[in-house]
Amino acid sequence: MEGTPKNKIMDKDGIRRAVSRISHEIVEKNKGTKDLILIGIRTRGVPLAERIREKILEIEDINLPLGLLDITLYRDDLSTIGVQPVVHETKVPFSIEGKTVILIDDVLFTGRTVRAALDALIDLGRPQKIQLAVLVDRGHRELPIRADYVGKNVPTSSKEIISVCLEEIDNNEEVILLEKSKENNSI
Amino acid sequence: MKWKPKDLLDLDNLTTEEIEHILQTAKPMREILSRPIKKLPTLRGKSVVLLFYESSTRTRTSFESAAKILGADTTNFTVAQSSITKGESLLDTAKTIQAMNVDLVVVRHSSSGAADFLADTLKASVINGGDGQHAHPTQALLDLFTIQERIGDIKGKKVVIVGDIIHSRVARSNAIGLQKMGADVTLVGPPTLLPTEMSYLGIKLSHDLDKELPGADVVMALRLQLERQQSGLFPSIREYSKLYGLSVDRIKKTGKQTIVMHPGPMNRGVEIASDLADSVQSVIEKQVTNGVAIRMALIYLLIGGGTGNVVD
Repeated sequence: MEGTPKNKIMDKDGIRRAVSRISHEIVEKNKGTKDLILIGIRTRGVPLAERIREKILEIEDINLPLGLLDITLYRDDLSTIGVQPVVHETKVPFSIEGKTVILIDDVLFTGRTVRAALDALIDLGRPQKIQLAVLVDRGHRELPIRADYVGKNVPTSSKEIISVCLEEIDNNEEVILLEKSKENNSI
Repeated sequence: MKWKPKDLLDLDNLTTEEIEHILQTAKPMREILSRPIKKLPTLRGKSVVLLFYESSTRTRTSFESAAKILGADTTNFTVAQSSITKGESLLDTAKTIQAMNVDLVVVRHSSSGAADFLADTLKASVINGGDGQHAHPTQALLDLFTIQERIGDIKGKKVVIVGDIIHSRVARSNAIGLQKMGADVTLVGPPTLLPTEMSYLGIKLSHDLDKELPGADVVMALRLQLERQQSGLFPSIREYSKLYGLSVDRIKKTGKQTIVMHPGPMNRGVEIASDLADSVQSVIEKQVTNGVAIRMALIYLLIGGGTGNVVD
C-alpha cells in the first residue's frame, strides 16, 4: 500500500505483548481451552493465529487446532473492485460443529472482511460461538461488527492507512500509520 | 501479473503463466468440492448458458455443477429441445442468447472454430467445451491439474498419449498444454491416425507403443471411435487393441509407478483393459472430480472479478 509514514503504532515488543495479552484473555473469557478452535484469516491473520496458539500452548499446555480461511470467494465487492483477487486455499481440516471459534485477523476496519469470514465459516459447519480477535481496531465500521479481543485501538481518519508487517510474511515487525498518497484502489 | 483473456478457446493463446494461474486457482476450488456444503455466493446473479450441439455427459454436467457451486444460474440449450432443430443458425442462436444478458457461454460444437466465432460475436465470455477436431482446453487443463496433483511438477515428465490422435481435440489441446508446461510429449498411434504436422511443434510421434512406454510417468489413452474402423483407418478392433490397448501387464513396461489417464467415455477392452481402468494407477475418476474444480477456476477467472491486474 502506498503512502507516507506518519507514525509507528506498535513495534516488535508491542506486538508481542498484545498477542500475549489477547491469548490470556481468550483463555480467561472461555474459562480454559475446552472446545476452542483458532482460525486465522489470510493473509496476516494466519501468523497471528499461529502465535496465539503457541502462547496458549505455553500458558495452558494445550495445542489448539488451527485453521486458515480465505475469504476471497465471499467478498461483496468482486464485481466492483476492477482487479482480480487471487483465490487461496481454505484449510480447516477438522469439524467446527459445536465449537468455539476464535477468528483472528490483523486489522478491523469496515467489518466487511469479517462479514465475509463469518459466511465462509458458517458454510463449513455450525459453531457454538464465534469470537473475533484483531491486532488493531482502526474504527470506521460499515457493518454492525465488533471485536472481542483487541491488541490496540487506533483512531484513524479515512485518509490514513494502517500497515501491519509481520516477520513471517514481511521480514519486518511493526504496525505503522500512513497518510494516503492519492486516490488509491486499496483492497 | 495481468489476467487478460475474456474467453477460453484453446491453450495455444495462453501463456505458461496464465496456465499456471488457472491450475493454482483450481486448488482452492478442489477443497470446496470436499466440503459437506458445496455452495458459494461468489457468482450470485451471474448467468451461464450451456450451448451443446454435440452430445456430452461429463463436460456438460461438470460445467453445470461448477457454475452452480459458485452460485451462478445455468441454462441448458441442448440441441434436441431448442430452435436449433428448427434450423436456426449458430449466429442467430448466439444473438438470442446475447439478448438475454448472459455472462458466460459454454459451447460445444462439431465444427472446429465454432467457439472462436461465438467469442468474436458475443459480448459475453465464451469457454470452448470442445469444437470439432480442434480443441478441448478444459479437458487439457484438468489433465494438467491431475498430473500435477499426483506426480508434482510437470516439467521434464514423460507423457505418452496413445490412440486416435488425428481426430482427437483432447490430444491436440493436451499436447500443446503439456508442452507449454515443459513435459516431454510422445504421441502414439497407427500411421492412419497420427497427424504428421504435430512433429513441427517439436512433439515426438511414434507407431510403436511398447517402445515408448519405458520411463513414461503418464500414459493417456484416448477413446477409439469405433466407427473409424468402418472407414478403413485400421483393420480390426482386435488388432488395434493388441497393438495400442493398455493393460496392467503392458503398463509394467514403464518401469515406474506410472499414472494412467483417459478422458472418457471408455471402451473397456479396446483402448484400455478393465483391470487397468479400475487399478490404483488409474486416475480416471480423479480426472472427473478435478474437472469440476478446473471449470470453477475458469468461470471465476472469466466472470468472477474485474479484469486486469491480479492482486494477491
